[in-house]
Amino acid sequence: MFKAFKNPTLALIGLAIFGLGINFGFNDYIQLTVLFIMVNCILAMSLNLVNGYTGQFSLGHAGFMAIGSYFTAYSSTHWNIFPANLQFISAFLFIVGGGLLAAIAGFIVGLPSLRLKGDYLAIVTLGFGEIIRVALLNMDFLGGPRGYANIPSLGSFLSSYLFASLWILICLFTIWRVMQSSYGRGFLSVREDEIAAESMGVDTTKMKVRAFVMSSFFAGIAGSLFAHFTSFINPSSFTYLQSINAVIMVVLGGMGSLSGSIVAAIFITAFPEILRPLQELTHVDLRMVIYSLTLILMMILRPKGIFGELEITDVWRKYVRRSA
Amino acid sequence: MSDVLLEAKNITMQFGGLKAVDSLAFKIHKGQLAGLIGPNGAGKTTVFNMLTGVYQPTEGEVILEGQSIKGLKPFQISQRGIARTFQNIRLFKKLSVLDNVLIATHQHVKYSLLNSLLLTKSFTESEKNQKEKAMDLLKIFSLESKANELSSSLPYGQQRKLEIVRALATDPKIILLDEPAAGMNHSETHQLMDTIAKIREDFKLTVLLIEHDMKLVMGICENIFVLDHGMKIEEGQPAKIQNSKKVIEAYLGIEEA
Repeated sequence: MFKAFKNPTLALIGLAIFGLGINFGFNDYIQLTVLFIMVNCILAMSLNLVNGYTGQFSLGHAGFMAIGSYFTAYSSTHWNIFPANLQFISAFLFIVGGGLLAAIAGFIVGLPSLRLKGDYLAIVTLGFGEIIRVALLNMDFLGGPRGYANIPSLGSFLSSYLFASLWILICLFTIWRVMQSSYGRGFLSVREDEIAAESMGVDTTKMKVRAFVMSSFFAGIAGSLFAHFTSFINPSSFTYLQSINAVIMVVLGGMGSLSGSIVAAIFITAFPEILRPLQELTHVDLRMVIYSLTLILMMILRPKGIFGELEITDVWRKYVRRSA
Repeated sequence: MSDVLLEAKNITMQFGGLKAVDSLAFKIHKGQLAGLIGPNGAGKTTVFNMLTGVYQPTEGEVILEGQSIKGLKPFQISQRGIARTFQNIRLFKKLSVLDNVLIATHQHVKYSLLNSLLLTKSFTESEKNQKEKAMDLLKIFSLESKANELSSSLPYGQQRKLEIVRALATDPKIILLDEPAAGMNHSETHQLMDTIAKIREDFKLTVLLIEHDMKLVMGICENIFVLDHGMKIEEGQPAKIQNSKKVIEAYLGIEEA
């Protein structure tokens, strides 16, 4: 039991030291970008579980994110269960709540729709995402099209960062360890050959629902953190473009590679921001042109994604150790 | 005679207007090595698909150890003890040889997802046992040196063997082999005959196999069912089948007077 927490704790300490550096070394703008990168990391990793490992094409992640976001927004402005100095406990609980609510939604959507395959599943999940968005547009107590403002932040940059780090690590280690277990191999078998998997005694429907529920839980968590970091959300933050963005991260990083998802999430979030000075220089918005050209080039040059199916540990073993 | 393990009670499979299998009935006794033969398109693989739940028979039912497996899904039937291989190899191509076998042992896994997150003792021990069992099985087929290679990188004959290993890893009572010798050369087929005989002894298995290689079928099968146009035309020991006029007609056609 104790052993299980050793690596995550070490990783948390490492991330915390990195965060301290950003806290004192950079301005608010970069700090906020770092927080968005972290949200996208969680989103990409969670989607990778469904699209990469289990081989089901889901396009509805923005919907789950929206559910988490709005739950957190509503609960943290309306429910005061803890005194002010214990706010972080309630914040943590509300984030978990957002995740759980998204997971329930994932279960309800997943159970009927995961019988579908490929493009059909993509269309159903896409439709689900849009239903959530349109429903939110018409819910007046959640602000409707005006959005939800004045969501309390998680305090200073450092505390927000620590919250996000904690969740990144929970997400990373959960997915990593599940993939090392028999359940993880079950997910992979669904991707590889459903008929063979069924014949070997794997309940493929249950496996798919499991992956989908876990994935939507973490998407909800990503949404909850997003709500805290922006302090303002509206339904148009969760259009299908956001889902497609998540898919791009998974595909670019490599289907079935957590390291790839993280690297791609960093790249996709940071790259448009890095190009911003160029716009001031040329007075023309070339950002999106360069950004999309880069994506096209990367997919031509490396169609398997940055990491393919390997993890960073595999890459280390394969190339670095051998040459040494 | 020993007791019946698997029984097909007038199973019929109808695809639209086509009756692929027409009220087929047979019994397989415990420990028997039975063969299912017939010309191309006779419906042999359809029978396998009905026995393993990939297709639900339109009529009739399949009885395993006295219990009907009607309406069960393939994974439930696998858990009841019917394992199979596929005619066109269906390995998990992008996974390692070891993973292929480990997936088949998943149905015996007791730990929950939470155990794997917290790396509890039941998780580590179960993983260790699963791997040992898988490696032992691979050793029987001398595949243990390839355990970490991709299954698609194996040569064809070994892929066929791996399919059998994977089926064995589910701890079946009966194993259905769909053309295990397809594409194998003479010596490979001989080797396979020995292995089938060996696993049957070692695991106390009942075997039902589809095969076109008559030497293999006649050499090891104790009881043979001959299928033609979805109907059983003959049943019995190899000697009887070899001399049956109906079987010869089904394969070679009717002699014109």
